[in-house]
Amino acid sequence: MSEAFQVKSDPELWSKLGMDVERFSNIPPVLTGVFSDVFLSQENRPQGMAYFDNMVSNIFTGRIQEMYDAKQEGRPVVGTFCVYVPEEIILAADGVCVGLCGGSQGSIGDAEKILPRNICPMVKSAFGFKVGRICPFFEVVDFVYGETTCDAKKKTWELLDQYVPTHVMEIPQMKRERDKKLWVEEVKDFKVAIEEKTGKVITENELKVSIETMNAKRKAMQRLNGLRYHEPAPISGRDMLLIQQIAFYDIPARFTEKVNELCDEIEVRISKNSYVAPKGTTRLMVSGTPMALPNWKLHNIVEKSGAVIVNEESCIGTRYYKDTIETDGADMSQMLEKLTERYMQIDCSCFTPNDERIDQVIKEFRDSGAQGIIDYCLQFCHTYNIEAVKLRQACEKEGIPFLAIESDYSPEDVGQLQTRIEAFIEQIQG
Amino acid sequence: MTIGIDLGSRTIKLAVMNNGQLEDWQVVESSFKPHLQSQELLKAYPGKSIIATGYGRHLAKKHFAQGIITEIKAHALGARHLFPGCRTILDVGGQDSKVISLDTKGKVSNFQMNDKCAAGTGKFLEMMAGSLGYELDQFGEAAMRSSGTLSIGNMCAVFAESEVVSLRNDGHLPEDIARAVHMSVVDRVAAMLERIGITDELVFSGGVANNGCIAHLLEKKLGRPVLVPKVPDVVGALGAALHQL
Repeated sequence: MSEAFQVKSDPELWSKLGMDVERFSNIPPVLTGVFSDVFLSQENRPQGMAYFDNMVSNIFTGRIQEMYDAKQEGRPVVGTFCVYVPEEIILAADGVCVGLCGGSQGSIGDAEKILPRNICPMVKSAFGFKVGRICPFFEVVDFVYGETTCDAKKKTWELLDQYVPTHVMEIPQMKRERDKKLWVEEVKDFKVAIEEKTGKVITENELKVSIETMNAKRKAMQRLNGLRYHEPAPISGRDMLLIQQIAFYDIPARFTEKVNELCDEIEVRISKNSYVAPKGTTRLMVSGTPMALPNWKLHNIVEKSGAVIVNEESCIGTRYYKDTIETDGADMSQMLEKLTERYMQIDCSCFTPNDERIDQVIKEFRDSGAQGIIDYCLQFCHTYNIEAVKLRQACEKEGIPFLAIESDYSPEDVGQLQTRIEAFIEQIQG
Repeated sequence: MTIGIDLGSRTIKLAVMNNGQLEDWQVVESSFKPHLQSQELLKAYPGKSIIATGYGRHLAKKHFAQGIITEIKAHALGARHLFPGCRTILDVGGQDSKVISLDTKGKVSNFQMNDKCAAGTGKFLEMMAGSLGYELDQFGEAAMRSSGTLSIGNMCAVFAESEVVSLRNDGHLPEDIARAVHMSVVDRVAAMLERIGITDELVFSGGVANNGCIAHLLEKKLGRPVLVPKVPDVVGALGAALHQL
């Protein structure tokens, strides 16, 4: 299997999308190498991971072709950067939603030709992908929907709009009634914008079905994450991170089916005492900022240092799937209200106050059987970075070992991170 | 007899423990092949089990070491051995600085390291000494001669260097600028210490602790004694040697 793995190339398709084909052609072989080292070197992986490996193999080809075909059929293909943009509405319009957050050092240089250097690497990476025309996902979308979760993002959208139509939803910063009202209005505007693109009004039933589809997806992810909490660990943190990343570009129904199949397999594995790490392996959970594809830096260091990651309290993690929407008997307007309420439960650090997030982190720590928390903050992400102070205070109060890490996508601090992580593991082992 | 070796960013330190005493130690500047250099140092002790620490610990393990521990744990063990009442450690090395809290039993309970930046490290002092024309071992003494209150605002080594150049061009005395450089390091590490909280005895280890001016200014700034081991460079190596006891 590991010999056969390859991230595939399709220069013809890339050329149709208007990409910088020559430059992009270097990327699949590099990703093949990194993926093999980080993922395929692991032992005793569940067989169900083959599907997700295949999603990586087809990341720049098969999946792009599917999106391209959807677009040809007149279905809207919408790029997003935040778990706050309601996917249910895109799905209800028979659209395709794809997460465009950038997780690669490779496009930072492109971004820094235009953007200031001292902003978040995720924003720079995403912007650089578009500017350099080196991301097929970016090239296949009809438009992108940004939001106002941070200053770097909201100001970058103004510039991004020069390259691809960029709409912006205003995310409130507090959770009072008047903020919820604002957010309902934003959700309604979003629905209208999607409907204008398709020329069709979304029906009550279409929205109900799409909510159910997304509920099923989120529940499957909850189920998988719950199984992962088993000690010894039946699946690695790296594989879990990968699945949670793929959630942002796969077809929801297909993804749900494959996640549930993997859950079935893991249940059998647990019953047969087949695990990926021996009993007693140090268990760590990660909280903080998202890790967008192909950002596997922290997980790779932690797991190669002999610990296992058992939870991600992150947008590419539980924040994406911890909440679902009840639709029982609701009409369109009620469904939109319920949808809004569900999204208002996302405890992003852009909100103030945001104490429910601190409680949520501690809860996930307990549920996952973790022994320590690594708070991961992308460089220049001020809200998560400052909120880490409160998180540290809460952990000290609870006697939870806590390590705050600030990093970007560059490989230059790997040695320092390794030292910190190994020392943290030593600290926990006593 | 047990042996610990600390492959740091600037130097390699060797500590030989015998009957609970530090019997021998060495500090050499590291070159491109630190594992070969280390093996050269270890030739005098054939067949002994070696524990390695420092940035080169994984390299050491690949080539000769039987076990590895991180610098954090090594400094905790070493400092506690030298000062049994130690609960807080400041280690300033060539490439990074760290603060470590120990519980009452001497186990690491918390630690912090500087960000990926040279400010507050030995490298920073070395660069600044260079731009002021001092040998590194005279830099601290020069700063001690100054009673000035000049300060430099830049934490970034690159910007601080240009600031030093402009202070020089403004006609400031080199020892006053030297003191300002030292004070900036002290401000930086004191902030790290205050962040983690200082409990009981504070031990200052790492190569930079050889610079008496830093320890002196730090004592003044914190208003508490700063304990400096006789050979602060080898605390990590000593800790590694102690690990296998």
